[in-house]
This record gives sequence, C-alpha cells and structure tokens, in this order.
Amino acid sequence: MNLNETRISTDAEINASLRVSLLALFGGAAVWLVVGLALGVVASLTFHKPDMFANCSLLTYGRVAPAANDALLYGFCLPAALGVILWIFARLGQTPLALPIVPVVAANLWHLGVLTGLVGILVGETSGHIWLEFSRAASVLLFAAFLLIAMTAAATFGARRERELHPAHWFLFAALLWFPWIYSTANLLLATNAPVRGVVQPIIGWWFANNLVFVWLALVGVGTAFYLLPKIVERPLATTGYALFAFLTLIFFGAWCGIPAGAPVPAWLPTLSSLAGGLLIVPLIAIAIIVIKTIGGAKVSCSGGPFCFTKFGMVCFILSGLMYAAGACPKYSRVLEFTWFGPAQVQLQMLGFFAMIMFGAIYELLPRVMNAELPFPKLARLHFWVSIVGVSLFVIPLAIAGVEQGIKLQHANVALADVNASALMFFRISTIGQLILLLGSLLFALNIFVMTIRWKIALFKTALAAIKAPLPVSEVKA
Amino acid sequence: MKTGLGVFIVAAVALGSSWCGFVLAPTLQLGGAKLATVLNSTDTYPTQRTGDATLGLQIYRANGCAACHTEQVRQDGVACEVLLTGLGKNQPEEFKKFVQSLLPLPEWQHHSKELTAAFKDWNGTLPQVVLGKTDKESADKMADLLKAAGCKSETRIYAFGTDIARGWGVRRSVAADFLYDNPVQLGSLRAGPDLANIGVRLADANVQLQHLYAPQSVAKNSTMPAFRYLFEIRKIGSTPSPDAVTLPKEFAPAAGCEVVPKTEAKQLVAYLLSLRANVPLYEAPFTPVISAKP
Ligand code: HEC
Repeated sequence: MNLNETRISTDAEINASLRVSLLALFGGAAVWLVVGLALGVVASLTFHKPDMFANCSLLTYGRVAPAANDALLYGFCLPAALGVILWIFARLGQTPLALPIVPVVAANLWHLGVLTGLVGILVGETSGHIWLEFSRAASVLLFAAFLLIAMTAAATFGARRERELHPAHWFLFAALLWFPWIYSTANLLLATNAPVRGVVQPIIGWWFANNLVFVWLALVGVGTAFYLLPKIVERPLATTGYALFAFLTLIFFGAWCGIPAGAPVPAWLPTLSSLAGGLLIVPLIAIAIIVIKTIGGAKVSCSGGPFCFTKFGMVCFILSGLMYAAGACPKYSRVLEFTWFGPAQVQLQMLGFFAMIMFGAIYELLPRVMNAELPFPKLARLHFWVSIVGVSLFVIPLAIAGVEQGIKLQHANVALADVNASALMFFRISTIGQLILLLGSLLFALNIFVMTIRWKIALFKTALAAIKAPLPVSEVKA
Repeated sequence: MKTGLGVFIVAAVALGSSWCGFVLAPTLQLGGAKLATVLNSTDTYPTQRTGDATLGLQIYRANGCAACHTEQVRQDGVACEVLLTGLGKNQPEEFKKFVQSLLPLPEWQHHSKELTAAFKDWNGTLPQVVLGKTDKESADKMADLLKAAGCKSETRIYAFGTDIARGWGVRRSVAADFLYDNPVQLGSLRAGPDLANIGVRLADANVQLQHLYAPQSVAKNSTMPAFRYLFEIRKIGSTPSPDAVTLPKEFAPAAGCEVVPKTEAKQLVAYLLSLRANVPLYEAPFTPVISAKP
C-alpha cells in the first residue's frame, strides 16, 4: 500500500473536496426556499381575497399550494440534507469526498428536476397524489440525482479512515436507503400509465408521505443534530446506547404511521397506523432525553448561532412529533382530521424542525468548507430570531385554527361558512408569519450567494494572476 | 450496528416490513377488487362514468380542487329506526295504550322516555316514528310486537354522524366508491365541504357552473377561489349561446356579453355530477328512502 494513502487527510483537503458540491446543493436549496415561501404567501392570499387569481390558472390555489410545499420539501429540504450528509460523512470519516465531481452534476440535475416539476404543477401537469405532484420527467431527474449523491456518500463512507461508526452515521445512512426505496415504489405504483386501482392508491400515497415527510426528515434532522450538538458543546453524545434505542424505535414505529384513522380502507390498516403513532412517543422521549443530557448545563453561548438553530429545531421536532402522534390517535383524529392542524404539523416539521437544523449545520460548515468567514455574520444571527418569530406566527395560529375548525365541524348545526369565517383571523396572523419567514430566507440566501460570488471572484483572480504572471525566460525564447 | 452493513440490514428490515404491510398486502387484498353488489339488489356498483365525467376528473386533478375538498364521508355508526306505517284495526288511542303497556317492561325501560315523548301529542298521523335510534335486536323485537298487535311497521337502517347530519352523504365512504377513479383524490383538508355526494346535493349543472365562475354568487362570503379562466366572456352574436351561464346581476358580464363555459368547465361539472355515493352496500348498509311522491 502506498504510504500517501494511509496518511490521515488534512482538514484543508477534506474541505476543498466538498466545496463545489456543497455550493451547488446549498445555492439551489436557498433559491427554492425563497421560491417555496413566496408561493406559500401567494397561496394564502386566496383566503384573504378569494378571486384574486380568478383569471390566472397558473396561480390558482389548488396549484400554488402544492407547488409551495414541493418547493420547500424537494427544493430546499432534500438538497440541503444531501449536502449536509456529504459533509458529515467526509468529516466523520476523516476522508475527502470520493468522486467530488458527481455531486456537482447531481445537484444540477436535481435542481433542474425541481424546476421541471414546479412548472408542471403550475400548468396543471400533476399526478394528483400528495407529495408526488411532480411530473414523470421531474421524478426521474430527482431519482437519478439522488442515486448519484447516495453513491458518492456511500463511497465516501466506505473510504473512511476512522472506522468506528458515529450514531449520526446510522441515521444518515438509513436515510440514504429510505428515499430511493419509497420514491421508486410510489412513483412506479402511482404515477405510471397502469397504476394500482382504487383505494390502494391513497394507501401507498400515505405510506410514502409518512416515510418522506415524517421519517426521512426525522432521520436526517436528528442524525445531523446528534453530530452537531456534541461537537458544539464539546462532549460526547449521551449516550450511544440511548441513540441506538431511539434509532431503532424511530424506524420501526415511524415506518408504520400515516394511514388516517377513519380512512375508507380495510380497518386493519388504520388500526396498525394508530398503534404505531402511539408508540412514536417512545423515540420522541428518547431523543428528547439524549438532547437534554448532551447539552444540559453546557456553557456555550448561543446568541443566534448554529447552536441556537439546532436547539430550536429539536424542540420543534418533539412538538411536531407529538402533534403527529396526536393526529394518529383515533379519539383526537376524529376532530383533527381534515383540519388545518395537519398542514400546521407539516409546516412545523419542515420549517420549524428540519430547516432550522439545516440552517444551523450550514452556518457551521460553510465558513470551514469555504475557508472564509460568512459575509454577513450578523444577518445569520438575525436570521435565527426572524425564524423563531416567523415559525411561531405561522404555525401556532394555524394549529389553533385547526383545533377550532375541528371542534366546530363536529357540531352539524354550525354552518361551514361560519367555521371558515372564524378561521380567517388566524390566517391573517399566519400569513404575517409566512412573510417573516420569507424575509429570513432572503437573509440566508444573501449569505450563501455573496459567499459564492466572493469565492468565484477569488478563483477568477487567481486564474488571472496565473495568466498575467511573466512567462519563464526559457519559454519566451522558444 | 458496528458496520455499515449492519445499519443497512436493520434499516432494510424496518422499511421492508412496512412496505410489505402497507404496499404489498393492500395491493394483494384490494388490487383485484371487483364491482360491489348493491344491498338487496342485483345491481353492481359503482357505475362507469361517462366520457365527459372521466375527463372532468382530470380537470379536478389539474386544478387542485382536492387541496380544499375531501371526497370521503365519515360516520359514527349505524342505527335502526322503527316506523309505524299502519294501525290495522286499532284506533290511535288504543295504540297509545298499547305503548303505555310496554313502558314498565324491563326490555323497554331505556326507551321509555323516547316512547313517551313520541306518543304524547300524537293524533294518529302516519308514518310515525316508534323507535328513533336503536339497535337491530330491539328493532326486530318491536316490529314483532307491532305485528302481533295487528299493526304494520317498517324497520329502517340508517347511518349517523356529523358529516351525515350536514347532508354530505347518507353513509360513510368505502373502498368500492373509488374503484373507477384514477387518480383517487380523497383529499386531506376541508376548507370547503365534502364532495363525495355533490352530484346528489347540487344536481343542477347551471348552478354548478355559476358557482365555479363566481362562488360568491351562490354562497355569500365563500372563500372558494373563482375559476373564471374555465369560462369565456364573449359578445352575444346573432343568437345567444345555449350554454351561457345565467348569473345574478352583480356578477353578470357587461351588457351584450355572455359567459360561456369552456369544454373543461363542462367536463368538470359532468364529473361533479357523477359524484353520487348513495347506494347501500354490504359494508355500509342503510335503507334507502323510497321517494313515494313523484
Ligand atoms: C381555497 C379552497 C378551495 C378550492 C381550491 C376549491 N374550493 Fe370548492 N369550495 C370551497 C369553499 C370554502 C366552499 C364553500 C363555500 C361555497 O359553497 O362556495 C366550496 C364549495 C364548493 C362546492 C359547493 C359545495 C356545496 O355543498 O354546496 C363545489 C361543488 C365546489 N366547491 C367545487 C370545487 C371544485 C370543482 C374545485 C376545483 C376546480 C374547487 N371547489 C376548489 C373552497 C375551495
């Protein structure tokens, strides 16, 4: 074996290998975050002025609302997650990214796929299944891009110099397996020319949505937090045993959730899901204990940095998980089903939990990977406070509106028009929350873009200097 | 969990088991589902949609109506109702006495309040509800008693729950209702009413079109977005279009113009009118009300 190969790579090498891939993934993710939140604002305008887009098919609620969600999930959450996974695998393994060019190609394919999918939804080309609205062409692009990145991640994982596995490895590795499996199943059985028939469609749709929006985001978000928190507070995760327990219960119980209690399907399906939903409390408690024991009493100042983002993200995760478990319980589900409570939980999961963890990770890793300070560190801190306010104003009123709507819908003598009228006040507040979140996303995008541009200018300058450098005398003569 | 392979296997087992449970098993159990038989009849259900309605389902999909509307009715349970339809040789007063005689019996005790209330001011009009909400056993017992007393009665099964009280359907939605849908759009949010039975509830195509063009013209303060892009506003030519939508004044187009639905709007309405989940099935029984008067 060559001596050079066994040498532990330096941090600089690892960072350099990640640079282009991560910029490609995060840059696009930042754009889709802004787009998704902006589309969300457009969608909620419908409730304030219903015939605003009466003549504009592109912006009608039924198209913009799913487009907004897909832009957030597929446009922001997934590529951001993939970038963070690559970084963690390289760091934990003490090895540079294997095949560093592949994720760059994949990131571009991915973002092209999201663009295709979103345009498709707005012109009415959708499959009609929740979270699977993207057209076939878009799904193929996303799937291929994911496989390419998963391959790179697996190769980096295989080449690790530090053989011991970190708990973050389990969560992130499982996530890499999870997505291709559920995404191919759902697309092949639902979005083809010969899909499965009747209610098998929504059953598979629920299975997919649960495994993506709840389980997948949980795997990546919690895995990332389990890597970041110990690193920031400079103590080990407490403890590996608890983490293993949390991991196993999360995947074994989580994978069975998702079929609503009253669904018009054979009764054993929702029964199993309700049971799994109740058991979900177990990993939630385990994860909460791990986080508290790991960071409890740590003297690390937070002041809007990555630590704050991660902590707040984990609090939201527990809340979102509890809301999810409540929605699975037949007793509450009778009231909460079909109300705004569901969308509130999904938004909390995506924006309160997952996005916050990703922001934390990205603010932590980007200066290292780029070997440069954030261009606007103050704006990054401001982003934290803006996000907290935004998430709270967006999600809490929506959840309350949902509970109220559910209770009123139970009383057949309360007209639907009155139910909707009393929700309007909550929508006003939550639209303000969305606007604040949009502002926050602009702060995030600004940091990333200025950083990218500075890096490109620096590259250009180095190249220019190389060209301008006086040629060695020997070459001039020849 | 010391190696990558270990993690891989554990994750594959976890996801694989749920895949078998929620993907494979339902496909095997329901994938070959055949038409259901309507209860007490030889008719099959559901009936195939017309071409227009089938295309309309795609308009419904493309415009994301399912973002605000569900197509699934829930129920809390089923109950029986016993109706008195004929007194035979009895007089109303005699019948009241007969009911009185039942009250002390242990098996009718928990119905005694209801029975007393039902017959307090009764003057003999028929049909009259004897038991409003009871189980099958008590209903049969009561029917037997009435028969023995020489009266005629009818026992009806009905589903109850808030969705049904709102008039959104007569029974819960079941798997059979969606056999011909592709994609199946159950919906997950009720920003608007459930549409599983909208074809029964709002059977007038012109009102449906008017509602799509201007929801507020049908339901005041409606938060449903208007779908004017599914319509065309054009000058009335020498002969007005027979399809033109009739609208109240404040929603009507400028004088000399008419609102004509595009093909998409007509197909969408054909689809809406095809939403009629109103036949009794084995898994969701009820006794249909035979509309006696034409
Ligand atoms: C933003 C949410 C929203 C969207 C999107 C939406 N609706 Fe509605 N819909 C409502 C609300 C709210 C009502 C109740 C008020 C009313 O009748 O207008 C309603 C009522 C209805 C009714 C009347 C139901 C009844 O019981 O009288 C029909 C029919 C209907 N919608 C069809 C559609 C169709 C078809 C589409 C898609 C082209 C659609 N809706 C899209 C919110 C929505």
